Amino acid sequence: MNSPQITEIIEVKTENEDIKTFMFEYPKEINPGQFFMIWIPGVDEIPMSVSHINKGIRGVTFRKVGEATNALFNLDVGDKIGIRGPYGTGFKINGEKILFVGGGTGVAMLAPAVEEAVAKNVLSTAIIGVKNSREIFFEDRLRKCGAKTYIATDDGSRGYNGFASDLAEELLYKEKFTSVLTCGPEIMMKKLFDICGTTPFQASLERYMKCGIGLCSQCCIGNGLRVCVEGPVFDEDALKNIEEFGTYKRDATGRKIRF
Amino acid sequence: MNLSNPTILASGIMDEDAESMKRVFDGGASAVVTKSIGLNPKEGYPNPTFVELEHGILNAMGLPNPGIKEFGEEIKKLKNLNIPVIGSIFGSNSHEFIELSEKMCSYGANALELNMSCPHAKGYGLEIGSDSKLVQEITSKVKKSSDIPVFVKLSSNLTDMVKIAKSAEKGNADAIVAINSVKAMKINLDMKMPVLANKIGGYSGSAIKPIGVRCVYDIAKNVDIPIIGVGGVMTGEDALEYVMAGASAVQIGTGIHYRGIDIFEKVRKEMEHWMKDHNYKTLSELIGAAHV
Repeated sequence: MNSPQITEIIEVKTENEDIKTFMFEYPKEINPGQFFMIWIPGVDEIPMSVSHINKGIRGVTFRKVGEATNALFNLDVGDKIGIRGPYGTGFKINGEKILFVGGGTGVAMLAPAVEEAVAKNVLSTAIIGVKNSREIFFEDRLRKCGAKTYIATDDGSRGYNGFASDLAEELLYKEKFTSVLTCGPEIMMKKLFDICGTTPFQASLERYMKCGIGLCSQCCIGNGLRVCVEGPVFDEDALKNIEEFGTYKRDATGRKIRF
Repeated sequence: MNLSNPTILASGIMDEDAESMKRVFDGGASAVVTKSIGLNPKEGYPNPTFVELEHGILNAMGLPNPGIKEFGEEIKKLKNLNIPVIGSIFGSNSHEFIELSEKMCSYGANALELNMSCPHAKGYGLEIGSDSKLVQEITSKVKKSSDIPVFVKLSSNLTDMVKIAKSAEKGNADAIVAINSVKAMKINLDMKMPVLANKIGGYSGSAIKPIGVRCVYDIAKNVDIPIIGVGGVMTGEDALEYVMAGASAVQIGTGIHYRGIDIFEKVRKEMEHWMKDHNYKTLSELIGAAHV
């Protein structure tokens, strides 16, 4: 039932200054790319992608950006949160060679997809795109799992000097990938989509959500596609018909806000 | 208003934008009711605004909407697609309702639904809809200022629902829509607190169908205008129960969660099967059939 299940935070990892991972028990089956609705009692309930899919132990990784994530950031081992889900469809992981492009906290939900790809013997290349070297997280995790991992920083403080999408463009020029999977700022993903041309493509989109189960239409895009049910991951066929992709999103009132 | 079949999308579900409503129309609904729209943009309540219970869904969205000005675009898109659209509006007084109805008419809405029943919005909805004088005043003023059918959506959370329905009829409403979601609460035991941020919400789904059927039955006994039944319609048989209680059509919302966006087509077909099996040719033979 779509009602929050209360669970205790059993482990907290500080990934960097603004990013933490919480681990908790939640036994349901999860595909990489799916998300939870996380209830922070007395504060808010927000959608959050799953960043760890271990046996029965799940994790979310988030940046403190607003009231809800700030409140969450201050929680510790033993504190209780409510979880419902998982929701959405997640990534379809197949082919021989996948390029994963993560921008900012988008890396969090890509990581389990990279791990699954490697486990399926798919040659995996991952780009972690961040503003500067202090924001890097999950680098060791991706390298250890066996993905060829690149870092791109906007200010050049580590790895490639430039945007993740620019590095992706260079890699796509040099190598052939059977598909590109991405999660990050929508402007970056739109740029990447345009770069990819005919290469199969999947992007995970983010929208304001309320119900999480496809009723309230708060997160609807394109021809009535519900990001919480038909998404959050959409492939190139869906994306080319979504006029909002990289253009605008709706706020809590339903008004259109340009990116 | 002529409908191609007796199933209509209820307000508040899959109706924030034209494309979602088109998807529901393609799923078999004969018409769609928009999200309730007010004069100005409104964010609604913080999350949790939603929680599923044993036999339905509890929500307290708090009437989020982009405001009547911005919403015009969505109505116009639906009109270009020839989709019958019923504009749901909410206000705190007759002036607001009139302004909203005039805008809805100018956008091309086929009918209006006056939200006098939202169970969890301060100063709106049920707080208006429990005052019989106000219901009559608003209905008659909106009627005078608009040239399309006006429906009044009522709550079951009233001591005397029939009295309010009669007021709407006296105000020249073209139809009564009954019922809205029912005031309810869910408490989480571990946290010892209500799940919804607003604490109180409106319950919809199977659990409230008997409540809705009873309300429609009582209203039908006392008013002469058509009734649209809402609340827990999941199957054709549910819809026919409302019809026998006195409804001419039904609205469906929460059912989408349980049976998919094409629930409208499913319900219509189930109604037709039942009618064929029981030798009824038209729905009108069954409207109010339970009143003996």
